[in-house]
Amino acid sequence: MDFAILTFLAQDGLTTGAIYALIALAIVLVFAVTRVILVCQGDFVAFSALTLATLQAGEVPGTLWLLLGGAALVCAKDIVTAVRRRHAARIPLHLLTHLSLPLLLWALLGNLDLANLHGALKVLLTLAIVIPLGPIFYRLVYQPAAQASVLLLLILSVALHSMLVGLGLWLFGAEGFRTLPFTDSSFMLGDAMIGGQNLLVIGIALLLIVALYLFFGHSLYGKALRATAFNRNGAQLVGIPTELAGSSAFFLAALIGACSGILIGPITTLYYDSGFLISLKGFVAAIIGGLASYPLAAGGAFLVGLIESFASFWASAYKEVIVFTLVIPVLLWLSLTTHHVEEEH
Amino acid sequence: MKRTLLTPLALVAGLALVAPQVLPEYYVTLANYIGLYSLVALGMVLLTGIGGLTSFGQAAFVGIGAYATAVLSTSYGLSPWLGLLAGLLITGGIALLLGVLTLRLSGHYLPIGTLAWGLSLFYLFGNLPNLGGFGGISNLPNIALFGWTIDSSADFSLAIWALVAAAIWLIGNLLDSREGRAIRALKGGTVMAEAMGVNTARSKLAIFVVAALLAALSGWLYAHLQRFVNPTPFSITMGIEYLFMIVLGGAASLGGALFGAALVTVLKQWLQDLLPHVFGQGGNFETIFFGALIILCLQYARDGLWPLLAARLPQRRRAAAELEVPVEAAALPRREALPANQPLLQAEGLVKRFGGLVANNNMGLTVNSGEITALIGPNGAGKSTLFNLLTGLLPLTSGEIRFRGERIDGLSSRRIARLGVSRTFQHVRLLPQMSVLENVALGAHMRGESGLLCASLHLEREEEARLLAEAARQIERVGLKEHLFDAAGSLPLGKQRIVEIARALSSDPYLLLLDEPAAGLRHLEKQALAELLGKLREEGMGVLLVEHDMDFVMGMADQVVVMEFGQKLAEGLPQQIQDDPAVLAAYLGGVE
Repeated sequence: MDFAILTFLAQDGLTTGAIYALIALAIVLVFAVTRVILVCQGDFVAFSALTLATLQAGEVPGTLWLLLGGAALVCAKDIVTAVRRRHAARIPLHLLTHLSLPLLLWALLGNLDLANLHGALKVLLTLAIVIPLGPIFYRLVYQPAAQASVLLLLILSVALHSMLVGLGLWLFGAEGFRTLPFTDSSFMLGDAMIGGQNLLVIGIALLLIVALYLFFGHSLYGKALRATAFNRNGAQLVGIPTELAGSSAFFLAALIGACSGILIGPITTLYYDSGFLISLKGFVAAIIGGLASYPLAAGGAFLVGLIESFASFWASAYKEVIVFTLVIPVLLWLSLTTHHVEEEH
Repeated sequence: MKRTLLTPLALVAGLALVAPQVLPEYYVTLANYIGLYSLVALGMVLLTGIGGLTSFGQAAFVGIGAYATAVLSTSYGLSPWLGLLAGLLITGGIALLLGVLTLRLSGHYLPIGTLAWGLSLFYLFGNLPNLGGFGGISNLPNIALFGWTIDSSADFSLAIWALVAAAIWLIGNLLDSREGRAIRALKGGTVMAEAMGVNTARSKLAIFVVAALLAALSGWLYAHLQRFVNPTPFSITMGIEYLFMIVLGGAASLGGALFGAALVTVLKQWLQDLLPHVFGQGGNFETIFFGALIILCLQYARDGLWPLLAARLPQRRRAAAELEVPVEAAALPRREALPANQPLLQAEGLVKRFGGLVANNNMGLTVNSGEITALIGPNGAGKSTLFNLLTGLLPLTSGEIRFRGERIDGLSSRRIARLGVSRTFQHVRLLPQMSVLENVALGAHMRGESGLLCASLHLEREEEARLLAEAARQIERVGLKEHLFDAAGSLPLGKQRIVEIARALSSDPYLLLLDEPAAGLRHLEKQALAELLGKLREEGMGVLLVEHDMDFVMGMADQVVVMEFGQKLAEGLPQQIQDDPAVLAAYLGGVE
């Protein structure tokens, strides 16, 4: 292996590692706040990349229908509750809060000349379509069972994921897509060629991580989420609604997922079912952090990215095997260092 | 348990013998697949519904069973029976390794570990040079058994359903045994089970390995039924489908496994025919449908559909004879008696810090045999923490605990229980679905020794009878004889505390630690409890008691220890304590 290949593989590994770091952060965040192991985190990534690709092709993305359907279901649920509690006056409010964004997006996508739209606007549209899916999934799938065991929530996650894969095939077809690169530039650093696209991805990922850090460390909202993660009952007692915390965690997870999808879209070809492997690699990273530590999870993610990149060079058929077998020593290490296992109730 | 086995066993026998004679080939084949899936699902019920663990990697274990026999019987020309043996050995080994790695960690590491591992195995099946790649291995030989060649679907029907019946019988036997009670206790958390001397890590490992072996067995049959293997049926998607089967069917009952396997298989066939007509081609519409179905099922019928169905079937009233306890069984051997008024438990300089909070500070006490020692103090004084330190539930920050002269600090709660220390919990830890008898029998767990295999074959009936008889004796002794077969969760809280005492007593302890046993009891019940404790004292048992009812404590204790702010405030005879100004100040507020 010569120096050029080495730098190429390292860049590639760090770039995907940055994406995995984002995924791992989202997984740790959602688990801490809601105890949900978010298997469908990767589906946000795949759906966002595919949505952007469809927009770039000048067509209306299928995720719009997913958003409209989901929002309609949440709205229907709220209206049923309102009617049962004799709060009929609230029905217009529910209609307004749940349906205005999806309907607006529908109207926009129906009337805009998508083919000639500016690239940045397409990215914004993608975010506007994909991010609301997070809270919608929380409301429809998890919230009715929010008090259930971690195991049951995990099974819910897997069921949601398998639904999304089916929907993804229906909405996007079996074909894989790659979005347009943000930049074609590259430059030399000493003897190494550095791709501008890679640098951009790593830079934006790091920026997002810093933004999240500031949000959790310095805003009231972020502190409330952290409080819920630390002690759900205690947070509830001081007036932080668990439901809101759950929806917010899912909002952030979808945001992180959607951004990751936009970042990774130009680098890898994504299919409707690519989300699962992305999630799992995020998990491997999150497990390295013991599902609790953000910096360790992020470090683990870069490790996973590098191992994957080098493994695909040396033994490409066994790439996935090598990455997932990595779980074993990590589990061994965790198992030897964890002395007291908390009771789950 | 026995009775509930009859329905599924009868169903299975009917399917195996009658179905191939009357049904067209297509349905027999469909039923065969249901049988194969049922084998896997039965293991999943044991693991998930009963043990509270789960795995997404069962399809990979099926794959190991299938590939082992495929490679050995084609490339090496060996007998399929050797293939079965190899498949079981490899599967068992991998399950053992994965289990050892993940089962000490909290519950969600096993599913994630199996998810990652199941995926790796899938790629290995597709990429290892000797396994035929994604094209697979074909032309597997038939299985022959004493001259009977299993090749038609009717032959397979007999073989598959005989194995399903055997699996149901074995698992049913297992659950109705000492080891089975330990397994059923896992779902209630490990603290109580460990305090009763159950090695919960071993129980978890056992059910994980059993579930994996059943999956491998299913894979072996599958390979020879198809006479062809490729990686597709062993993917994670299939692993998830196995989980869906038991969630839909009902994860907590063996009937649910069969029902779920049948429901998912039939529904899938039907949906794959129907949905493309409705939605057009080019989609996996049945996965959308199944995903939604599972979500709704978990939200509205968490125990699955089989219990809903079973509740509508006519219930046969249980005959009294079935519920008889074998009281005539020989008594279990007891520990050798101890001389009275000798120190049993000695604790010195106990310190427990939770971060900055010092819950116990330089605390010490002694409990003698044949005496009742009461531990009192205001709420938050650190009494329950002290209990947890003494029983090994919490690690000490510093200090020394001796039981019969031996150091026990640093031992696990299970080891301490084995030495003859038994306890009750302030927040009752019973298994609410299990009968009072079974709950109490869990306390006698350490007094039996027959293993999983014996239990599955019901070769340990004599020991089991003695354990149950002991449990029944203790229940009678605490005065709950009329509740023997009631679900423990159906009793009022005060009586549940008494059940905990019976459970502790059936371990034949030297030292009994009771955390607020009289809370929630009425006057007469308290009197009965006091009488019981008096009798235990006469027999030479040492009792350490946390209690808030002062009349109860002062009327009965030989020695009283008072705690406040994690420290010992006073110690002495009940009368001395009642007159102690420091104690009065702590309880009633001093004169400032």
